[in-house]
Amino acid sequence: MSDIRITNGRVIDPAGGLDEVRDVAIDKGRILRVTPPGKAAGKAARMIDAAGKIVCPGLIDLHTHCREPGHEEEETIATASAAAVAGGFTTICAMPNTHPPMDDETAVQYVLQRAAKADLARVLPVGCITKGGKGVELAEMGMMFEAGAVAFTDDGIGVASAAVMQRALQYAASLGLGIHQHCQDGDLMTGVMNSGAVAVRLGLGGIAASGEQIMLRRDLELVKRTGARYHVMHVSSAGSVELIRQAKAEGLPVTAEAAPHHLLLTDAACMSYDPNYKVNPPLRSADDVAALRQGVADGTIDCLAADHAPHSKEEKELEFGLAPFGVISLDCAFGLYAKALVGSGLCDWPQVIAALTARPAAVIGRPLGSLAEGSPADVTIIDPAMKWTVKVESFRSKARNCPYDGWRLEGRPVMTIIAGQVKFELYSHSGKSCMA
Amino acid sequence: MAKKASTSSGRATEGGRKPDTSSSGPSAGLPPKPASRRPSAKSVEPVRQAAEPAPLRPAGRASEGFVWRRKDLLGLDELSAEEILHILDTAESFREVSTRSIKKVPALRGKVVALLFFEDSTRTRMSFELAASRMSADTILFTAKGSSVVKGETTLDTVRNIEAMGVDIFVVRHSEPGAPHMLARKVRGSIVNAGDGSHEHPTQALLDMFTMRQRLGRIKGLKVAVVGDIAHSRVARSNILGLTKLGAEVIVVGPPTMVPSAIRPMGCQISHDLDEVLPQVDVVNMLRIQFERFGSNLFPSVREYHRLYGMDAERLKRCRKDVLIMHPGPINRGVELTSEVADGPSSCILQQVANGLAVRMAVLYLVSQGTE
Repeated sequence: MSDIRITNGRVIDPAGGLDEVRDVAIDKGRILRVTPPGKAAGKAARMIDAAGKIVCPGLIDLHTHCREPGHEEEETIATASAAAVAGGFTTICAMPNTHPPMDDETAVQYVLQRAAKADLARVLPVGCITKGGKGVELAEMGMMFEAGAVAFTDDGIGVASAAVMQRALQYAASLGLGIHQHCQDGDLMTGVMNSGAVAVRLGLGGIAASGEQIMLRRDLELVKRTGARYHVMHVSSAGSVELIRQAKAEGLPVTAEAAPHHLLLTDAACMSYDPNYKVNPPLRSADDVAALRQGVADGTIDCLAADHAPHSKEEKELEFGLAPFGVISLDCAFGLYAKALVGSGLCDWPQVIAALTARPAAVIGRPLGSLAEGSPADVTIIDPAMKWTVKVESFRSKARNCPYDGWRLEGRPVMTIIAGQVKFELYSHSGKSCMA
Repeated sequence: MAKKASTSSGRATEGGRKPDTSSSGPSAGLPPKPASRRPSAKSVEPVRQAAEPAPLRPAGRASEGFVWRRKDLLGLDELSAEEILHILDTAESFREVSTRSIKKVPALRGKVVALLFFEDSTRTRMSFELAASRMSADTILFTAKGSSVVKGETTLDTVRNIEAMGVDIFVVRHSEPGAPHMLARKVRGSIVNAGDGSHEHPTQALLDMFTMRQRLGRIKGLKVAVVGDIAHSRVARSNILGLTKLGAEVIVVGPPTMVPSAIRPMGCQISHDLDEVLPQVDVVNMLRIQFERFGSNLFPSVREYHRLYGMDAERLKRCRKDVLIMHPGPINRGVELTSEVADGPSSCILQQVANGLAVRMAVLYLVSQGTE
C-alpha cells in the first residue's frame, strides 16, 4: 500500500513531456509511479481526488531572500518556508545577502540547519561569489558547494570588476556551478526608480535600463571567453531580453529569470510614492513588461523567480527615496504568474509550470522538478480555475511589503507535498480542505 | 453645484470678475474690490482705511459656486484648472489685508499651524509664518537641525508626535520627494507642501502665476521660459504643471545636463539656446543655481553658466518690451541675473515675495475648509 495516491488530476510534468490525466502514486517519499487514471491496483493510505486540478512537480523558486541570519525582524527561514509552501513552492533558493553574508561553509550549514528545523520547504543555499559580497576576493565556492550551495551570486549588486567576474566564472565552471548575476552598473546606480517621464515628474532619481544592459553585455563577453554557466537574475528590460535571445542563438550557456512584478507592473505605479513599488531592478515601462512576457513565452526567459524581498513595516513607512528596495510575493506568486502569462493568453499551463519546475531545476543542476519514477515526491496540486483575492494580512510571510493586496487572481495552489509529506493544504472559510 | 457663466469648457473665466458683494467668504465685511480687475502693469493699490473685518464665514464664495474640498495641498499635479484659479482668486482677496494698518483677519483664529522644515529655508518659512499669523493662527516651528531627527527619529514619528499636541495644519518642507504625500496618508491634519525635494513647490508656482496675472492681466496664452537647473527644480515642475493647466505655453531652457528630455510629457518644450527663446516669451523665470552642483559635472563653471544662461542688460534687449523677469529667490547676483536686471523695471522679484504672502494666506484658509 503506497502512502499517497493522487487521482484524476491533469498531470503536467514538463521534464517528462507529460500533459495528461493520470494517477500519481507516492511511496516512502518518492514518486512510485504515474499511471493512466483508475488503472493502479490497491489502495493508498491517503487518497486525494485531484479531478479538475493540475498535478505537477513541486514548484521551485530560484530567488528568495530569507533574511536569516541578521534580519529576522523582516523574515526568518521558517517564515519564508511557510510562505513558500502556502504558495505551492516545495523548494526555495536562499539568497546570501544576509548578515553575516553567506560566504563560507559555516554560513551554508547554518541555513540548512534552520531549514531542517522548520521542516517545511526545501531551502537550497546560494552562496556569495565574493567574500562579504564585496566584489573583490573570491569566496570559498568549493567548500560552500560541498556544504550544499547550489549556485553563487552577490545579489543586491552586480560584480563591478570585469577581472573578478571573469575569474569567478572560470572558478565556478570548474565546480560545474553557475554564477547568478544582478546586472547593474554600479556607477549608474544613482536613482530610486526607472529613469523616464514618471521619475522626472516625481522629481526622483532614475535608474536607466542601460545600466542593466551594460553589465549584461560585458558578462556575455566573459561567458564567451570562459564557457561558464551564467544566469541572469530578475531581468527587467526589453533590451536585456534581446541580448539574452542573441546570446542563446549563439549557443552560449546563458539562462534567465523574471519576477512577477516585472511581468505585471510599470513605473507608473510609483506615482503614489508608495514604497511598496520600490524594487531593484525597478519597475519599468509597458514595453518592457510586454517584452518580458514575450520572452517567457518563447523561452528566452527560462524561469520565473519571485525575488521575494521582505522588509519590516517601519522600513517601508519611510519616504520613497529612503525606503529599502524590495517586495514580497511567495504567498501569491503563482497566481501572479498565471495572471501575467496565462490570463494574458501568451502561455499555456505547461509553459508556466516548466518555468517553475524543470527549468529552474536544470539551472541549479538538481534532480528536482520532475515526476519521473524515483524522483523525490515533491508535488504541487493547483486549482487552475479558483478565483481568489490576495489578502496580504493573512500571508505566512512575516513581511507585508506587497503591492498586490486586494488583487483578484485566478489559479491557486491548494496542496503542497514535499518528500511525500503534505506540508500545506488550503482550507476554505468553512474549514473544509479544498482537496478531498 | 451652480456655476457662474463660464466658457464652454466649463472652466471659470479669468479676470473681469464681478465685484464680490456677497456676505460670505474671505471678503465678507471688507470694502468691495474695484469693478475692473485689469490693473496696468505698474498700478499702485490704493491704501484703504483699516476697517475691522467681520468674522469670515467658512463657505466658499457664493458668487463663485465653486467649493474648495481638499484638506491638503500636496502639489499642482492633482489640481484642476478651476481649483488653481480658485486659489488665485482667493489670494486676490487676501492681498488687500497686507495694505491695512492692522494686518489681520480672524479666519484661522484658534487654529494651530505647525511649520515643519526638515530642509533649510528662511524665506518660505517666514512667508508661511507671517501668512499664518495674519490669519490669527498660532504657529509652532520645527526645524531638523538639533532636533530629534538628528537622533534618528523618522519623519512619520516626528509628525505623529507633533500632531499629538493638537495641530490643524502642517506646512512641510522636506528634501525627499513624496514626503508630504506619505504624511497625508497617515496624518489627520492638513498637509501643505512647502517644497518636497525636486518634486513640487506649489505655493511658489501659485505666487508666480498670481504675479503674471497681476502684471500681464492673464495667464492663458502667455509664453513662459523657465531657465536653469530644471532637472533638480521643484519650482520648474510646479510652474510647468500650473501654467499648462491654465493654458500658457512653457519652454524650459538650460544645458542638456540640467534638462531631462523626459520632461516633455509634462507639457513643456525644451531649448538649450536662451538667446533664441528670449524674443518669443512674455515671462522669463530664472531659477537659482545651486553652487554645490558644479562639482558633479553638470556644468563646467559659474562663469560659463552666466555667459550662456544668465540674464543681463544685453539679453534683456532681446526680450519683448513688457517682458517680466522673475526669480524665486534667493538670487545670486551676477550668476542667474545681473543687478541691473534684478533691480530694473522688468523685474518683479519683490512683487513675487509680496504676493507670496497673499497666496499662502489663501492656501492656509482653503485647506482649513477642506474635508477630503
